[in-house]
Amino acid sequence: MWIINIIGLLLIAGIIWWFWLYKPSNDTENYTSADSGAITVLVENGVYQPALIKIPVNQASTLRFIRKDKTPCAETVVFDGLDISAELPVDKPVDIVLTPQNSGTFGFTCQMKMYKGQLLVEEHR
Amino acid sequence: MDNTSHIDLLIEGAGCASCVGKIESALQNVPGVNTAAMNFPLRTVSVDGVTTPQALIEAVENAGYHATPISSDADALDEKEKADLAYYKRLIRKVIIALGLGVPLMIYGLFIGEMTVSTTNERIAWLIVGLLTAAVMYFSGKHFYVGAWKSFRNHNANMDTLIALGTGTAWIYSMVVVFFPDMVPEMARHVYFEATAMIIGLIDLGLALELKARGRTSQAIKRLIGLQAKTARVLRDQQEIDIPIEQVLLNDFVRVRPGEKVPVDGLVTEGHTNIDESMLTGEPMPVEKQQGDPVVAGTLNKSGSIIFKASRVGKDTALAHIINMVKRAQNSKPPIGRLADIIAGVFVPVVMIISILSAMVWLQLGPDPALAFAVVSATTVLIIACPCALGLATPMSVMVGVGKAAESGVLIRNGQALQTASKITAMVLDKTGTITEGSPKVTQIHTAGSISEQDALQLVASLETGSEHPLAQAIVDSANEKGITTLPVDNFEAIAGHGVSAKVSGRQLLFGNEKLMQDQQITLSEQELKKAQSFAEQAQTPMYFALDGELAAIIAVADPIKEDSIAAIKRLHQNNIRVVMLTGDNRATAKAVANKVGITEFFAEVLPEDKSAKIAELQSQGEVVGMTGDGINDAPALALANVGFAIGTGTDVAIESADITLMRGSLHGLADAIAISKATLRNIKQNLIGAFIYNAAGIPFAAGVFYPLFGVLLSPVIAGGAMAFSSLTVVSNANRLRLFKAEDH
Repeated sequence: MWIINIIGLLLIAGIIWWFWLYKPSNDTENYTSADSGAITVLVENGVYQPALIKIPVNQASTLRFIRKDKTPCAETVVFDGLDISAELPVDKPVDIVLTPQNSGTFGFTCQMKMYKGQLLVEEHR
Repeated sequence: MDNTSHIDLLIEGAGCASCVGKIESALQNVPGVNTAAMNFPLRTVSVDGVTTPQALIEAVENAGYHATPISSDADALDEKEKADLAYYKRLIRKVIIALGLGVPLMIYGLFIGEMTVSTTNERIAWLIVGLLTAAVMYFSGKHFYVGAWKSFRNHNANMDTLIALGTGTAWIYSMVVVFFPDMVPEMARHVYFEATAMIIGLIDLGLALELKARGRTSQAIKRLIGLQAKTARVLRDQQEIDIPIEQVLLNDFVRVRPGEKVPVDGLVTEGHTNIDESMLTGEPMPVEKQQGDPVVAGTLNKSGSIIFKASRVGKDTALAHIINMVKRAQNSKPPIGRLADIIAGVFVPVVMIISILSAMVWLQLGPDPALAFAVVSATTVLIIACPCALGLATPMSVMVGVGKAAESGVLIRNGQALQTASKITAMVLDKTGTITEGSPKVTQIHTAGSISEQDALQLVASLETGSEHPLAQAIVDSANEKGITTLPVDNFEAIAGHGVSAKVSGRQLLFGNEKLMQDQQITLSEQELKKAQSFAEQAQTPMYFALDGELAAIIAVADPIKEDSIAAIKRLHQNNIRVVMLTGDNRATAKAVANKVGITEFFAEVLPEDKSAKIAELQSQGEVVGMTGDGINDAPALALANVGFAIGTGTDVAIESADITLMRGSLHGLADAIAISKATLRNIKQNLIGAFIYNAAGIPFAAGVFYPLFGVLLSPVIAGGAMAFSSLTVVSNANRLRLFKAEDH
């Protein structure tokens, strides 16, 4: 029985690590950059692709969302910290123009917080 | 004002950056184009100039690329509906396939035979069923597994994760029983293929029904978008032609015939009609329009034919702004939803942990067959948990509530404003333009001697035509309304702070306040003084008119109280809201107005800059304060109030500044806004409480907490049905708000 307990506890530890403790390294190389002022984000199969995006502060950047996922959950994208949201019709590109005033990390999610992405707003180098 | 319009096109076939120059120069060569700028990463091009989308598309096609105009709201809505319908049909096909296998299997298990594996024949039979179930998982449930895997790789977990894990566990366990029965205790050799197929079928069915119900939540925005006319009849080259409204340019002359919608905003240049603006303002009476009056896109021309000059087109019309604002507000969340958001954010991994713990407890403490109980409880926990019901609880109600408000002429800026409006305890009303019409009018004419009212008004209007005083405008308007023509005036003189004098047809005219009469030694009888006093007590300003040295008339000018202010203020009182009036006017007028409308608490002679101090004073008394004003002069007070209401200015900049904009002038909009906010918040609370209770009770039940007491363990199939319908319940409850009616008024 102790084998079962160990397996169970290991599984629980794995879940905690994978979903909560694991932090993508702050290495901004993991983030897709909107250097040219625009970036396309695909909403497909329950995820945003890319999910990690970096944009410069005080400069307009366009995120073009293209929703392929037909489930109703994917219908809206919400940038909570920036008070911006948009409806995403299937297969229709939707442009969200962001001009963040402050640097930092902002999450973007679907209305039910099931689809998750992260926006890194960087100071100019 | 220039004549240009802005057109955006989506370009296809532009594979390299060098295409940019080619496309831009092709567009710049189109006659009328001022600028054409391409955004290469987005493959869009923005064109400004006097041109049409067709001309631009042709130019792009000739350059070897393909262009499509970026679609209007109405087109996007049509496409969304078509896409939703197609997805709905696909889901229903998936439901039929999944339940087509699941239902017969369940009937077999319940009434005909055992879903266990004992003999080789049974193994072969169940293997076939297992493979059929795998086919169902592929055709009807592939999106759950792909979604779960992609989320997992991104360190995310969502509803797909739970469904994929739950159905996957049941299927894998069943296949282990089929292939390696000896690995499983005899009593636990049970297969759960029916659960896998049924869960997938029921969840797909829930998604399909939810999709339908969600469509209804956006009916208000659909109605607003549907107000937009598709074509406009414009006058070009001395001809009237029908064109799509996207092609209407600034300063185009547009004809609207009876029964047609106004296609863009503009000013009437010719004709006379009545226009039904109820769809935007909620105001049921048609509004008379003639030369110089503004007309707004989306309103309905009822009677005459008019020509107007387009002043705002495309995305600049008031209707387009309103649609945008409603859309934005519908997607914003009030603070009440934050807790649910936090829970939804960590929900899935927590449920996965509970599922593992449940299996561990069953394996160690459960009765035989413990392994089967462990698998059932783990699967049921995964399946019954519904983060979507929690996540949807707030946005669905906000979507319907904000839309419902817009239908009543109330524009709510965001979720925060919606929530705060439901808690207002004190409402501060500006007098002029809020309780009153905001434009002084001649209310009474008392004549002395033999002069008629008409003659007195004609002479005074002639005298006042050259004056810029606001009261003078009231006199001139009154004469115009009665069709009285003014006479030529000589020797006009304005006597600062007192009035005016002039000669008309050789007679000496004097018009002004009591002081002017005294200075000019015009005698006022006791009866005339009493009359003037009675005017003042009724909040009307008495003005004296003397003709050739003798008093000829007293004209009362007042800013009339809006027809329904009294009833609307009564509604606020009935809702236990403290109503306070602020005005810059003198105390006598303020008192008279306050008495008339039933307000007991008022502050007179308040300077605009002191209005904020009054708001702060009320807040310091613990009140949640709403402030209603015209949106421009009262800006600081509107900003300081917990909720700022701009009234009767639905078509101008106030939309951008106020928390809540009342598109019609009536104060009933205030009571409506508060009632809708309260109903929406009540609906959100019902949804949140329902979703919390569902999950808080369902998960322990699924884990088997009640098994020791009642000997019952929930079936995963029932859990699948409950989960599918929990989100549907939330959406349906939000839809109930569509039936909400503000009190009749």
